[in-house]
Amino acid sequence: MSTVSYKHFQHAHCESGVTANLLRHEGINISEPMAFGIGAGIFFAHLPFVKVSGTPGTTFRTWPGAIFKRTTQRLGIEMHTERFRSPERANQALDSVIATGKPVGMLSSVYYLPYLPEAFRFHFNAHNLVVYGKENGQYLVSDPILEDVATIAPEDLAKARFAKGTPEPRGFMYYVKSVPQHIDYTKAIQAGIKQTCFFMLSPPLPWFGNKAIFLLSKQIKKYPQKLTPRKASLYLGNVVRMQEEIGTGGAGFRFLYAAFLQEAGTMLKRDDLQGFSAELTKIGDDWRNFAYHAARLMKDRKSDLVSFDELSDLLRVCGEKERDLFGRMQKIKW
Amino acid sequence: MKTNEVPQDKRDFKEGDKIHKLMYAVDNDGKYTGITSAGWEAENIATKQAWDAVDEELAETADKVKKGELSSIAYYMQKNLMEVSLLASYVGKWQWQVKRHFKPSVFNKLSADMLAKYAAVFNISVDELKSFGK
Repeated sequence: MSTVSYKHFQHAHCESGVTANLLRHEGINISEPMAFGIGAGIFFAHLPFVKVSGTPGTTFRTWPGAIFKRTTQRLGIEMHTERFRSPERANQALDSVIATGKPVGMLSSVYYLPYLPEAFRFHFNAHNLVVYGKENGQYLVSDPILEDVATIAPEDLAKARFAKGTPEPRGFMYYVKSVPQHIDYTKAIQAGIKQTCFFMLSPPLPWFGNKAIFLLSKQIKKYPQKLTPRKASLYLGNVVRMQEEIGTGGAGFRFLYAAFLQEAGTMLKRDDLQGFSAELTKIGDDWRNFAYHAARLMKDRKSDLVSFDELSDLLRVCGEKERDLFGRMQKIKW
Repeated sequence: MKTNEVPQDKRDFKEGDKIHKLMYAVDNDGKYTGITSAGWEAENIATKQAWDAVDEELAETADKVKKGELSSIAYYMQKNLMEVSLLASYVGKWQWQVKRHFKPSVFNKLSADMLAKYAAVFNISVDELKSFGK
């Protein structure tokens, strides 16, 4: 089996990165921010009662698979998606597709990817990567978060694709079946923006969307009374990690989305989108400021009431600014 | 974030410096562009803390195994960053059964098959599983 003329591009986030890389291979010139924005990737949720490794779950993105699915649907691209019962079948199916020269996207667990540094290898099951060929019994991998391509042994890839836990990837793989002659970006961008505003502003529950930012802000205020200094520090650390680490990222997602708004503004010749982009860039800086102070507080491990209060306020301001921004974006006349 | 503000704080633990992530930042004309980053102090502190917590708990468990309070399964479970629920689904058992296997008295009576299953999940040999802490 030979390698196809696949070109690897590094991206900030795995799912939007894989989507962009797969589409570019088909000759569709789409950037990662565009894929992220059309797929309405930005989101927020804080679930104090769902403990992940003992700390409350926080996410800055929409659920795994959604970005890819929405983006391809909105651009009218036909995809093939498949899950498998057994690793053997999954590998066979993969081999037969890459033999035809098609790069294949798939879900994997970060923990079982030996080419990643140990620092990042937690049991996180929703990491996307592309396999684009096989050489000397090793799969050729294009992992969008890496600067360069990598290789992986079939046994390791099978483990990563059939990891247990939540969510189970069950060998999930996807590739492009057909691409339409003409792509209507205007409609796709509008739909993406509308959906993002809806998900941020509309959920009537306190745990999802913009409301959850205020919930987390209130929770942080209570950490010094409710938790031991060690626990408080771990909880805060988790928020910072979810905000900045591999495959995720709170501030990072703000910048990614702002980059989308800028590109969309240029493409559709709309100054209002450029303005929203500049505003969101500033809000992203506020999130970074929050993460910076949270990390400092964590390092000191002092339950200094004033600092937790200040931190809570920094976050509340982020929430207020975003509520205002997405509120105005929702009212855009197209 | 401006391009010259993209942090370059080295992530110097557990091979973390092998990766340079891409970040989006605005240049002098306010235009977005991708820049690679070596890491960021705030993120490094948080990641390091999570690993330190893992290492601390692992050392505590290793002690308990050596004292004969827990079986080596508890140690290797933590070493593989697993929780009881995850390990149980890997070996195809209920959580209460896995917890029982944490008892040294139960562990000593486990069948060769069961031990082989655990060893395979932990990516070690049965001998390593049996001899840890002895």
